[in-house]
Amino acid sequence: MTDATATKPAAQPKTPLLELRGVSKSFGAVRALTDVDFEVGPGEVVALVGDNGAGKSTLIKAISGIQPGDRYTARFEGNDVNLNTPQDATSLGIATVYQDLALADNLDVVENLFLGSEISGPGGELGLLDETRMEHKALDLLSQLAVTTIRNVRTEVGSLSGGQRQSVSIARSLLGEPKIVMLDEPTAALGVAQTRQVLDLITRLRERGLGVVVISHNLADVFEVADRIIVLRLGQRVATFDRETSTPDQVVAAITGASSNGQKGGQR
Amino acid sequence: MSDTATKAPPPPETPDPTTEAGERPEFSLGAALRGLAEGELGSLRVILGIALVWIIFQTQNSNFLTALNLTNLMLQVVAVGLVSVGVVLVLLLGEIDLSIGSVSGLCAAIMAVLNIKHGWAPVPAVVAAIIAGGIIGAFQGFFVNFFKIPSFVVTLAGLIGWQGLQLQVLGDTGTINLQSGFIVDLTSKFFSSATGWILGIVAIAAYVGSALWRRRRRVAAGLGVEDFFAFAFRAVLVAIAVVVSIYVLNQDRGLPYAVLIFIGFVWVFAFITTRTRFGRHMYAVGGNAEAARRAGINVTRVRMVVFVLSSGMAAIGGIMAASRLLAVNQSSGGSDFLLLAIAGPVVAGTSLFGGRGTVWSALLGAILIGSISNGMDLLALSSAVKFMITGGVLLAAVTIDSATRLRRQSVRRA
Repeated sequence: MTDATATKPAAQPKTPLLELRGVSKSFGAVRALTDVDFEVGPGEVVALVGDNGAGKSTLIKAISGIQPGDRYTARFEGNDVNLNTPQDATSLGIATVYQDLALADNLDVVENLFLGSEISGPGGELGLLDETRMEHKALDLLSQLAVTTIRNVRTEVGSLSGGQRQSVSIARSLLGEPKIVMLDEPTAALGVAQTRQVLDLITRLRERGLGVVVISHNLADVFEVADRIIVLRLGQRVATFDRETSTPDQVVAAITGASSNGQKGGQR
Repeated sequence: MSDTATKAPPPPETPDPTTEAGERPEFSLGAALRGLAEGELGSLRVILGIALVWIIFQTQNSNFLTALNLTNLMLQVVAVGLVSVGVVLVLLLGEIDLSIGSVSGLCAAIMAVLNIKHGWAPVPAVVAAIIAGGIIGAFQGFFVNFFKIPSFVVTLAGLIGWQGLQLQVLGDTGTINLQSGFIVDLTSKFFSSATGWILGIVAIAAYVGSALWRRRRRVAAGLGVEDFFAFAFRAVLVAIAVVVSIYVLNQDRGLPYAVLIFIGFVWVFAFITTRTRFGRHMYAVGGNAEAARRAGINVTRVRMVVFVLSSGMAAIGGIMAASRLLAVNQSSGGSDFLLLAIAGPVVAGTSLFGGRGTVWSALLGAILIGSISNGMDLLALSSAVKFMITGGVLLAAVTIDSATRLRRQSVRRA
């Protein structure tokens, strides 16, 4: 398949923040990713779409270092880097937001935001927590992101709605001052108004100059926030679209493979 | 899932029908009752329970609420309560430790053998027994962590295994009597009235002082604070509880050393669990271990440390039980010791499902369970009745825990 190379020049960001070339990943005999290229620029929202098993999550995991690719080259801000462990990704400023997996229901909003990076006094593990400063910073962060739906940051996360929980997850990822935020299905299982909250939040991340990568099944959402749409199919990057100049029909065709017989209408 | 790729236009926007998380609720009777039902006011619930039990037994036997009996009650609950402190830590992780009874017996036996048979001084013997407990905890924690065996199974094996080792350590005689001295003094010495009052006033001052300091800091940072009336009300309640306790204990022999040791351990672990990073990580592991792992918390280390602490506290409880019995024998740490140590915190609101509860539930639960047991002894009920009632109380507590959890889940789904 040469589709990927054929379409690549279409919509490259001028100066990619993160650039991966030739990512391949196998699980035993199953080739989950084959020579996938990927790039995201600052202040750009890239949507990663594809059918189930197309390799979207595998690619996200390869970027976040949780399941590093078997073969790949990566450049971050123009420098060659490794993405072999979660720490590699985190130290570069790549944060990943997992759907619903990253919150502890029994802890409140502040506790969840600072989980694993609590502000505390000296004494290491037995250091005294500085609740006042954490709560103050939490309120600051949420107001910067214009998250107005969480009125009490001492509410247990378990009692929040899906949209509020997703807002907390996203806010949490920003505490480490990342340059790239990757969101895995941020609007799955959310109601209309809650989806709205999350999409607004994604727009605000872009305004802050972050590179944003979104996995989504929902093309309506994708067309609302994404600048560029990358389509994966059977572990390969088959098409890239500019949101401005393409239609959902073209993306669907690429996802399902209906356009793979030489006719690449949607891609410029 | 091809239907996900269709481009159905989004349905028209509607205002979010779900109620967003509200403000801190205004104080009202309805909210208070709801809080009780949902376990948010867990300690108030158990205090009401204790009051109810005391009223019932007092009406049946007027000797129940006497300074003598209440002092005895406190001395009776210390050993189980100390073991419960470790149980709370394990329960907060969503794990269980069924070996605590056997470990308490084994460690008491180790202490007695070193002290009496080998002539070690009391303090080194006690320290050695506690270290032995810690090693046992590390051993069990190792299997739980590295072979991913449920703690239920590992510690069930421990329950039998350590009991066997206890018999082995005690040897042919089977019973070792303790000599008077440090170990026996632990549960038979009392502070003078004046010292008791000083300790009580220091405790109240420390509580009020630290609460006020935190409140000041929040005000200085421009954060919301609890209604001053509620704050003052709680402070007054704590002060009254301490003053009344010291007064009653002084009517008899005074504040027992053992009770101070017990409350000291409860206070230290309550502090660690609620005010330090490590404590926060414990709650996180109990609430969502995967989230904790992804947040960079070393889940394995947290579990390991907690199993060591659990067995260590079991050892300390076993030593106090031996001190009170003046001996260690083959049934030390056996019978219903394990069950009561787990029942206490659960009755007092620590969840069996992890992530919810406080170390204070070890103290309150021990007092509640101890009161029932002490009262039934005063009424000279038979063992048959006592066992059934104790079992019933435990079942009721677990039912409340589960019902609270289901209720919380249904509230969330709504």
